[in-house]
Amino acid sequence: MLNLALRRLAMAVPTLLCISLVIFLLLEAAPGDPLGEMPLTVPPEVKERMRAALGVGEPWPLRYLLFLKQFFWVEPLHWLDRLLGTDFGAGQQRLISYQSRAPVFDVIAERLPQTLAVVGLSYLLGVLVALPVAILSARHPQGWFDRIAGSLAMLGYSLPTFLTGLVLIWVLAIWLKWLPSVYDTTLRVTDWASLLRQLRQMAMPVAVLTLYNAAQISRYLRAAMLDNLRQDHVRTARAKGLGEGAVLCRHVLRNSLSSMVTVIALGLPTVFGGAIITEQLFKVNGLGQLLILAINAHDLPMVMALTFVFALLIVLCTLLADLLYGMLDPRIRHG
Amino acid sequence: MRIKVLLMGAACGAAMTGMARAERGVDGQVNVIMWQAPSTMNPYLSTGSKDIIAASAVLEPLAVFVPDGALAPRLAAEIPSVANGGIATDLRSVTWKLRPGLIWSDGSPVTAADVAFTAAYCMDPAGGCAQLAKFDGIDKVEALDPLTLRISFATPRPDPFSAFVGAQTPVLQQAQFRGCTGAAAPGCTQQNFQPIGTGPFRVTGFRTNDAVLLEANPAYRDPDKPAFATLVLKGGGDAAAAARAVLETGEYDYAWNTQLAPDVIAGMEAKGLGRVEAAFGSLVELIHVNLSDPSPDLPEAERSTLKHPHPILSDPAVRRALSLAIDRSLLTDIGYGPAGQPTCNLVPAPAAWASDNTACLTQDIAGARALLDGAGWVPGSDGIREKDGHRLHLLFQTSVNAVRQDFQALIKQWWQEIGVETELKSVDPSVFFGGDAGSPDTFQKFHADLEMFANNFEGSNPEPYLARQGCDKVPGPDNQWQGENISRYCNPEYDRLLAEMSQTVDPAERGAMGRRLNDMLTRDSDAIIPLVYRGTSSAYANTLGGVVLNAWDSELWNVADWHRTR
Repeated sequence: MLNLALRRLAMAVPTLLCISLVIFLLLEAAPGDPLGEMPLTVPPEVKERMRAALGVGEPWPLRYLLFLKQFFWVEPLHWLDRLLGTDFGAGQQRLISYQSRAPVFDVIAERLPQTLAVVGLSYLLGVLVALPVAILSARHPQGWFDRIAGSLAMLGYSLPTFLTGLVLIWVLAIWLKWLPSVYDTTLRVTDWASLLRQLRQMAMPVAVLTLYNAAQISRYLRAAMLDNLRQDHVRTARAKGLGEGAVLCRHVLRNSLSSMVTVIALGLPTVFGGAIITEQLFKVNGLGQLLILAINAHDLPMVMALTFVFALLIVLCTLLADLLYGMLDPRIRHG
Repeated sequence: MRIKVLLMGAACGAAMTGMARAERGVDGQVNVIMWQAPSTMNPYLSTGSKDIIAASAVLEPLAVFVPDGALAPRLAAEIPSVANGGIATDLRSVTWKLRPGLIWSDGSPVTAADVAFTAAYCMDPAGGCAQLAKFDGIDKVEALDPLTLRISFATPRPDPFSAFVGAQTPVLQQAQFRGCTGAAAPGCTQQNFQPIGTGPFRVTGFRTNDAVLLEANPAYRDPDKPAFATLVLKGGGDAAAAARAVLETGEYDYAWNTQLAPDVIAGMEAKGLGRVEAAFGSLVELIHVNLSDPSPDLPEAERSTLKHPHPILSDPAVRRALSLAIDRSLLTDIGYGPAGQPTCNLVPAPAAWASDNTACLTQDIAGARALLDGAGWVPGSDGIREKDGHRLHLLFQTSVNAVRQDFQALIKQWWQEIGVETELKSVDPSVFFGGDAGSPDTFQKFHADLEMFANNFEGSNPEPYLARQGCDKVPGPDNQWQGENISRYCNPEYDRLLAEMSQTVDPAERGAMGRRLNDMLTRDSDAIIPLVYRGTSSAYANTLGGVVLNAWDSELWNVADWHRTR
């Protein structure tokens, strides 16, 4: 088990290096300029000076190596220093955003809480809704519950979040005035009243995303359950005279768990990626919105750091899924 | 100038008397939504108006522009002039007197040394200061005594009001920014996000591109202001969502830059919670006509350069006909509604500089046809005119933007009617305005026959703006395609008048020269075809009092006077 984990981890390193190089080169090849959005009243000489101050003019291999150094050496040192109160990384230039000139990872850390709260919670709720729905649907495929759940899932799956979000805003915020349409990221939960405000402002974005996540995950799970229902051991279990509940929970669900874990684990990185449209719609201003802003502003260090962190998470979650798979299914571990 | 300022002050004072109580912090919180949130509070590191506006609640310059474009003192005791001895008779220096008794929000005194330090901070060659152009031509800035500052210029300056005038160049505290000069400037995150200022508010929390929390500055010079105890600037979403938060849900009091279709605004205003108003500065949507040949058959370095005049557009009759065929009122209604006015001027304001050039305002398709007929452009078999083997086929480019694409489609149709075939092209804004000398699609390279964008100038002195249309400012390979004379307009008479203006002090005379220069570029030559004089619109709630829109300076220029109405 440990052996497998170490082997997979060792393989992840060159993969990640390749990914970082590809992302860097893609961004390099993309047209645009971090100073492109500047008003025309700024004369070209001033623009040139600002560009030089950002270090944009250096050749790309140099900038790539600098990025690697800042990402893998300076940043970990900085966070270690913060944790232990040491100063190993003192005086070393951290990865700086072009837009705000603030360290990229400080901005990411600033935005992580609201993304985790909104997108993470909706993912969790999505899984919690999807599991029972999938089990009940698989119990009587094409039964009335399966049909209703299937149509709802299709609706949730095909309605874009910008539509459901706008409809919710229109009804709940503009018409009924029950919920706020703007998410207040500066709200600190200190008492019951502020907790209520936090829940109120989270309600709409979480609802929109939960619908989408639950629809997606429940369909996967239902399919996995149905696959297992057709297996020989299920027929044997039924032939033994086991009740339908016992068959489903002990034989079908357990065997479907491995594929469920894969689906759920592989979906996890999207939580950190934020939900670009929903965040924008409700002004949650999390990581998804950060990425869009950075892309529009050609803030290369920020785009690079964010996309690379996402890549890192995808690689890690795939690894996690593989390991869990092995734990759940001994055949894989020994095979 | 003095009288105007006094009058303005009196007008503002009169507006304020409507306020029942005047006491600091009694009106709770004011919520401002800026859909593009501030990314820094230091205007010297950013040219984005969102950052400059946010910073203006905290940092103040020596003088500000008031809504009609005139100057009013802020940290200065008065506006320097030749009459009060502030401007030297040789026009080579200006002396500012600070208001006595000013203190920073941390309680320390404001001195002329802070101002001199700020100049050195921006003019540091290693700093990459975004407002460097404001300090152009300054020889030295020295603090003569704690309240007196002298700015000396390398050459005589009839209008010395650029550095420390307007929200772009406020005064920084030397004690706070001492370690942040030159290459260290961007690294000073704490200083750049939470600058110590003299303004009505001070920063208590800054979240990059998300939200800024501010509270009333306890050391603000007017003990009764600001009326609001806290100010929140929140970002995110888009212009429609921002307008909605003010006009439909009432969650916010003020929304910045609510540029939306006129019917959308009207629908939102119908809820009765607030209204949208536009402030007009100097922004004009216009078409630049390429007077040089952009033909792809030419060598790369010679395309769109002065070497080759344009085979079609060098004919003044064609340019005039193109301008005549456009219905500017319709464009304004469709694109900007009340936030726009049809115009024939490159310099639409201030009043002394705005030409009375209105001939282009009525569309004249028949007149345009007659002009082309008279110039020998005869319609071919498909209705497209030809002359000497040249078909009247033009490439018309602009940046990707919904309103601009509407404009392109309409203009193409009008030009079709007078026998001109138009090919449309739209370029991603970050490429179009990016200025990358390697890209063929920048507005400076101008590999097209016509192009449309909006342009404006900062402050209320249009002279530098007009100077950019001089013959020496034509973009070309010799200056890496950096230059602002986009039409490649070259007229010795224009350059002569420009030189004359730079030696003229009398404001009335300068205004007259400016109008003449404007007319040469527009009415006389049609090298530039102005379309719409654009305002910047903002939405504000009916319960928010004291808002006076100002397109010449930051929108928050008088946030100290904002208050809650009952």
